[in-house]
Amino acid sequence: MSVARNLLAILRGDSDADRTVPPTGFTARLTLFSAAAMSFLAVFALALSLATGRLADRWSSELARSATVRISAPAGQEEAQVRAAVRVLETTPGVASFRVLDMAEQRALLEPWFGPDLPLDSLPIPQMIEVIEDASGYDAGGLRLRLQAEAPGAVLDDHTRWRRPLVRAADRLRMLGIVSILLIVATTAAMITLAANAALAANAQVIRVLRLVGARDVYIARAFVRRFTLRALSGATVGTVFAMLAVALLPSAAQEGGFLTGLGFQGAHWLWALCIPLLVAFVAFWATRLAALSTLKELN
Amino acid sequence: MIELKDVSYSYGGGELLSSISLTLAPGSFHFLTGPSGAGKTTLLKLCYGDLHPTAGRISLFDEDVRAMDRDAIARLRRRVGVVHQDCQFLDHLTLAENIALPLTVSGRDVASQQANLADLLGWIGMSEQTGSLPPQLSGGERQRAALARAVIMDPDVIVADEPTGNVDWEMSLRLLTLLVELNKMGKTVLIATHDLNLIRSAKAQVAARVLRIRNRQIQLAGADL
Ligand SMILES: Nc1ncnc2c1ncn2[C@@H]1O[C@H](COP(=O)(O)OP(=O)(O)OP(=O)(O)O)[C@@H](O)[C@H]1O
Ligand SMILES: [Mg+2]
Repeated sequence: MSVARNLLAILRGDSDADRTVPPTGFTARLTLFSAAAMSFLAVFALALSLATGRLADRWSSELARSATVRISAPAGQEEAQVRAAVRVLETTPGVASFRVLDMAEQRALLEPWFGPDLPLDSLPIPQMIEVIEDASGYDAGGLRLRLQAEAPGAVLDDHTRWRRPLVRAADRLRMLGIVSILLIVATTAAMITLAANAALAANAQVIRVLRLVGARDVYIARAFVRRFTLRALSGATVGTVFAMLAVALLPSAAQEGGFLTGLGFQGAHWLWALCIPLLVAFVAFWATRLAALSTLKELN
Repeated sequence: MIELKDVSYSYGGGELLSSISLTLAPGSFHFLTGPSGAGKTTLLKLCYGDLHPTAGRISLFDEDVRAMDRDAIARLRRRVGVVHQDCQFLDHLTLAENIALPLTVSGRDVASQQANLADLLGWIGMSEQTGSLPPQLSGGERQRAALARAVIMDPDVIVADEPTGNVDWEMSLRLLTLLVELNKMGKTVLIATHDLNLIRSAKAQVAARVLRIRNRQIQLAGADL
């Protein structure tokens, strides 16, 4: 589209058009600084969203296979109790499916702890039933009572359930991160619009002369747009690089449980951070262009 | 080329110009004179689309000024070279860059016009000052530079508002000769001036008509000049 062409033209540059508008030292530095600061913040907001997103995904996928029913009954009663528990589970609303694990599976589960040569047959290992709940979930208290009545050796273990509110919190945190990024982008647009308007007002005389000698509005606008886009791009690049360094240098601790230590980028997510300078440049391009064209239109 | 029909203009108070009709044919040479404050500058501005008439109709190159958008006005200014009474330049660019500015902003290749630029600078007697900044120039030098800037685009029409107001008689004649030469090449010329001597010397070189603003109207001045 023409945006891409415009951006390319801007990067290629037009030294003549550039010279027609005098350089402005102070606003230039302010724009650079704002773009850098905003990008720095945006990188952190992005890291927050991605990290909480990862956390929420991991936790909720663990939630899906959360509960187990463990049956340890005296020898001989075991099979009867498993059947009873199965009957209970079959009639429990909120249970999507369940599966009685066979010996091989149980052995695989225990292997990391006890090694491969575990003589399972000779050990009194409880029988496991994996319970998968549906979206609405089941009433854990009710299920426990019924299991107790039908199969006294059955214990419902839903230890990952406590994570459910945490997943909600992580989801909310991800939302907040995204909202923060949007706010940062909007603020960048507002700041660049203000800076562009200041530059346009300061150069009213230049604009008048350019119009007198036959410059079209887009020509004049381009001189400003190019400047602000390049400034925003370079400021944002510096801010992003510093923020990425800061994220990379975060002390890394345990993999699990550490929400704070998980705050960082993984793999391709680093590329998302690199998009921030481009996004800021894009925002600067449009903010300046709209500001310039509307200011010029109001001039006589 | 430039045509005014029943044109009136007021800045908000009373009418400054009333029901003026005027046609500038291609290749013509006109002077515009009248007392200070009569509306010469105003009339010129109407002729190059800087002001819109409060009544009547103006067409420039067969286009109604009211129908022209900002880009059309910009294109018009490349065909009409204007010397403003208060010459304005870009103070951060050199004299040479300022004179070449119309080429720059219209996307022409300035480098290929260097010979032209040097000729023009020689004609206005400012070859030595190409690197000067406009604030370093005298009033007369600024006027000469403004004339050079007005003609660098090789426009069809040249409108000059008091182009000799601040220069000595010798330089006035030199600038007049430049305008007469351009007119002989087929350009339409319109000059506002107080200087009756300038008008007289022009009449010796070219078939110039003299318009005078009096009582908000335009009169064709006779041989009494
Ligand atoms: N922008 C403006 N707003 C209001 N009044 C104006 C404006 N420009 C000019 N005038 C008034 O219009 C009248 C004519 O001005 P104009 O500049 O056309 O005169 P002029 O004939 O060019 O005078 P001079 O010979 O001194 O240059 C003057 O009385 C002036 O005060
Ligand atoms: Mg005047």
